[in-house]
Amino acid sequence: MPEQPESSTTVSITIDGREVVAKKGEMVIAAAENAGTYIPRFCYHPRMKPVGVCRMCLVEVDSGRGPTLQPACFIEATDQMTVVTDSEKVKKAQDGVLEFLLANHPLDCPVCDKGGECPLQDQTLAHGPGETRFIEEKRHFEKPIALSELVLLDRERCIQCSRCTRFAEEVAGEALIDFLGRGDQVEVAMFPDEPFSSYFSGNTVQICPVGALTATPYRFAARPWDLEQVETTCTGCAVGCRVAVQSSSGRLTRLLGVDADPVNHSWMCDKGRFGFEAVNGVDDGNEELALTDPTRRLTEPMVRKNGTLVPVSWSEALSAVASQLKDAKEKDPQSVGAIGGAQLTNEGAFTWTSLIKGIVGSDSVDAQLGDGLDAQLVLALPRATIDEAANACTVILLSGDLREELPVLFLRLRHSAVEAKNSLIDLGPRTSALSAVAKVRLPARPGEAPLVARALAGDVAAVTQLKGHREGHTFGDEDLASAQHLLGEDGSGVVVVIGRTSVAEDAAFVESAARILHQRYPNAKFLPALRRGNVMGALEMGMAPGILPGETSLAQPGAALRSWWPLVPGIQGKTALEQLAAFGDGSQEVLLLLGADPLADVADGALVERALRSSGSLVCVSGHGGAILERADVVLPAAVVHERAGTTTNIEGRVSRLGQKMVAPGLAWSDWMIAAELAAALGAQWEFTAVGDVTDQIAAVVQGFSGISSNALAQPATRDGVVLGSTAAPTTAGLLDPMATPGMVSAEEFGLGSYAGIVRGEEQAQAPTSGAGAPSLTTSLSSGENVISPALDNYSLRIVGTHTLYDNGANIVGSPSLSALRKVAVAMVNPYDLDRLGLATGDKAKLRSGRATIILPVEADAGVLRGTVVLNANVTVHGAERRENPLASLVDSSLPVNDVVLESL
Amino acid sequence: MSALTPDRRTRAEHLVALYPEKRSALIPICHIAQEQEGHLTDELMIEVAELVGVTPAEVQGTVSFYDMLRIEPVGKYVVSVCTNIACLLAGGEEMLEHVEKTTGTRRGGTSSDGMFTVEEAECLADCDVVPCVQINNRFVRTTTPETFDALAARLRSGETVTDIPTSGIVSRVERSVGLVADPEVVAQERSALRASDQKATS
Ligand code: SF4
Ligand code: SF4
Ligand code: FES
Ligand code: FES
Repeated sequence: MPEQPESSTTVSITIDGREVVAKKGEMVIAAAENAGTYIPRFCYHPRMKPVGVCRMCLVEVDSGRGPTLQPACFIEATDQMTVVTDSEKVKKAQDGVLEFLLANHPLDCPVCDKGGECPLQDQTLAHGPGETRFIEEKRHFEKPIALSELVLLDRERCIQCSRCTRFAEEVAGEALIDFLGRGDQVEVAMFPDEPFSSYFSGNTVQICPVGALTATPYRFAARPWDLEQVETTCTGCAVGCRVAVQSSSGRLTRLLGVDADPVNHSWMCDKGRFGFEAVNGVDDGNEELALTDPTRRLTEPMVRKNGTLVPVSWSEALSAVASQLKDAKEKDPQSVGAIGGAQLTNEGAFTWTSLIKGIVGSDSVDAQLGDGLDAQLVLALPRATIDEAANACTVILLSGDLREELPVLFLRLRHSAVEAKNSLIDLGPRTSALSAVAKVRLPARPGEAPLVARALAGDVAAVTQLKGHREGHTFGDEDLASAQHLLGEDGSGVVVVIGRTSVAEDAAFVESAARILHQRYPNAKFLPALRRGNVMGALEMGMAPGILPGETSLAQPGAALRSWWPLVPGIQGKTALEQLAAFGDGSQEVLLLLGADPLADVADGALVERALRSSGSLVCVSGHGGAILERADVVLPAAVVHERAGTTTNIEGRVSRLGQKMVAPGLAWSDWMIAAELAAALGAQWEFTAVGDVTDQIAAVVQGFSGISSNALAQPATRDGVVLGSTAAPTTAGLLDPMATPGMVSAEEFGLGSYAGIVRGEEQAQAPTSGAGAPSLTTSLSSGENVISPALDNYSLRIVGTHTLYDNGANIVGSPSLSALRKVAVAMVNPYDLDRLGLATGDKAKLRSGRATIILPVEADAGVLRGTVVLNANVTVHGAERRENPLASLVDSSLPVNDVVLESL
Repeated sequence: MSALTPDRRTRAEHLVALYPEKRSALIPICHIAQEQEGHLTDELMIEVAELVGVTPAEVQGTVSFYDMLRIEPVGKYVVSVCTNIACLLAGGEEMLEHVEKTTGTRRGGTSSDGMFTVEEAECLADCDVVPCVQINNRFVRTTTPETFDALAARLRSGETVTDIPTSGIVSRVERSVGLVADPEVVAQERSALRASDQKATS
């Protein structure tokens, strides 16, 4: 046998007589699959470590000592190995394994949700015995039992492949389920009173190769052969997981994660997976639900007449808005502004910006609601991809808890930290789910992020200042030294995940920390951890004051855009918070809410209440009802996710397709159409007839998007999208775990509204322009607002405003399965501080800020820093009305930081 | 609040310190915890989980896998009767039935007075004194119904039989040697070792 050179990364093996090349270290099962030979399997999952427990993948392997039966998932391909997958011996083994598995299997396929898409059925048909010899009594269990609120288990169907338990332990890092017992008594079990309440529990249902695990929203909801599906991108948050969305009988039934190698590795979070219920709506066109009910879908345009909202025609509603816009355009464009945009598609964002900035002439558009970061800075910083963050040597976490905010990004980073691929430096103000796997923790209390950044950059004075805090400094000199060591000389191989560490402090702190890190470590890249669905797309489309589509400043519009827009605003507009203030004092007359709900999303309740008491005109473009409609003057019903095609942009700047599965209810329109109609009323001649025309217009006039046309995006190679500014040709890997995405190959062809319709010939999406950040926005890298955080007095605690995945957001409230899981408001305090105040977990306490005094239960939490109190945004106290929002009532967004005094009752 | 008694808690902590991977101490710590109540209660499993850094579900999985770790309450005396081949030929099955009659409970169950738990065992590796019976993991060598009944009567009368510990105890020898590791001493020893290693290589 010829010796392969040591350095070689490939080996050559023979599979069923064919010589093929395999990667060194690759398992035989994967090597065979790459070579086109599918070896049956149950326990093997390409995204998890192999265990070799089910024996379904037995093949004959000869490594020089004669052929023996070996599990293909558990043996590495080595040079000159011979593998036979279809011999009589292999067939007998497969037949035998299946007979064993079926001995204990109930064969209740007719009533099993998996029937019709079940790998056990399929593989029995292909490789198993035709009939049973088993006449003994089978196992019986009480069925089903709940592992959590979302996942049910029918134990007798389980084939003990351990995919679910390994996922929980290995991928999610929450081993809340494990095997119980031994032999034929083995069952998957949780610990009593400790349910499998993981944000990722739905993945186990998807990867279970039998019908043992079912999700409550899908149980008995449909039969697989009745499902229609289309591929799309989840916009539940800004990670943008690739998913397949399925429907049956005109209702959405299920979402499945699709394996996109650069993004979600086939996983989803439960919010993304089960939030589809909100799209179906609870009312079904039933008039009973109040407009203020967030589960109600909006189906017709409405205008307030004599104090009440009454249904009107689209033309009436549109002309009411158009006349206001026209007035403003002629008299004072600054009197109009729009808040929101992260719920829009790229096309929606582009048309709305073009309407308000390019036609009306107001720059007051803001897709973030005071809980984001300076758009100019975000766009100007050198941007990292998710893959770059996962493969970086060192990752700095300067954001909220990623598991709560961008769940699948958490999975990706956790995976690489556990596999010791990268070292995490955690700067978050409280421990997060990633802290446990972080190398170094340098917690920055509210207002301290710039100081910690300066300390990291080597500024000794900053360390002294940190030590001067009432509670002393939060980390030792060795921690700082080891973090500095991890950052190297110039930050090469370093990625900074930058988001809002707290919504109760001024964003300028994190922004200034980012600038400091960028200046000291110029080769470090930044991954924006902005939460909301298409927030990056909205920013790329210029939905922030001071910028235009294509990452340009007002002063430097791109030539193509300039020639398409009638005008460009001359004055920098207002942010969302400034608009709310201006609307409140009457200086802004028209406020458009583009899918945003300030009552839920803005962490400054008094500011919002004041705005809503004004007499200005409030226009709501929304798919769902909500308390905000009590105040709306015009309601324009919009299609929501899964009801519209188009494109979306995730945190890394990846533009990917949105598939349409449903038709919007009633008269609701796609977001871009509403803007286009308004533009037409104002005299624009856009001539868009389908969403693809808008995509093409973006490609034509927005810098950085050239080449990303609807046709280019419809190519198979761009299934996983195109990253803005990347020069690599887009590629799409095959389906990694075909068992978990049944019927996926056909999804694109047969989906109802597959994006852009028919593919018009081959066209490559060219990776456009340079990746060097936004040239016209680079001034924001060196100059920014300088905020100083005042010293904490002896009696107060500083508020850290965080997010929880299960808050009162529209997706959660509108989905009955998720709504039940919503977190309630509680003040989390360090045990030391709680002790000092003579309080214990569960006690109620008074929290007094300059704005309000509220009563909340307290909870001791060692992950909270001394001198701080952690409150989640957009949650309510148990049993309270949804509108009450403790964090928002305490916070004054004009202060750099917010302090409260905590007292026992 | 610790579910383990303070001395057991200390022993457990010392044990964890001995392993480079905390979770390797899982089974020995389960033995310590089991001594306390004869079986692992939920509270004990939660504490074991916390000690070795795994989830309670994982502790439960391990405990339920091993026969000598118990998840259900047991009687004061656990009687195991072997019915594997050597014992079977010598009347193991009959012995088991007899034990069931004497103790008044079925295999797998515990007598209503909480005295006896009866279980059917696989080969207990005492095949030359058959049928083999163990009480609380000790060979009692009662190979006839009469000798067993006599022993059972003694136990029932409250007599302490020196050889038979409380249920739950696997090892009667409490090893203290090596269990108490002063971290400083360990560190010193390790660095000395490393130094001598380095000398050897240079
Ligand atoms: S429940 Fe499903 S995934 Fe879990 S071990 Fe059983 S068969 Fe495998
Ligand atoms: S992580 Fe975000 S994009 Fe992915 S499934 Fe969850 S909500 Fe959707
Ligand atoms: S043993 Fe290989 S797939 Fe299960
Ligand atoms: S067969 Fe009973 S002890 Fe060995």
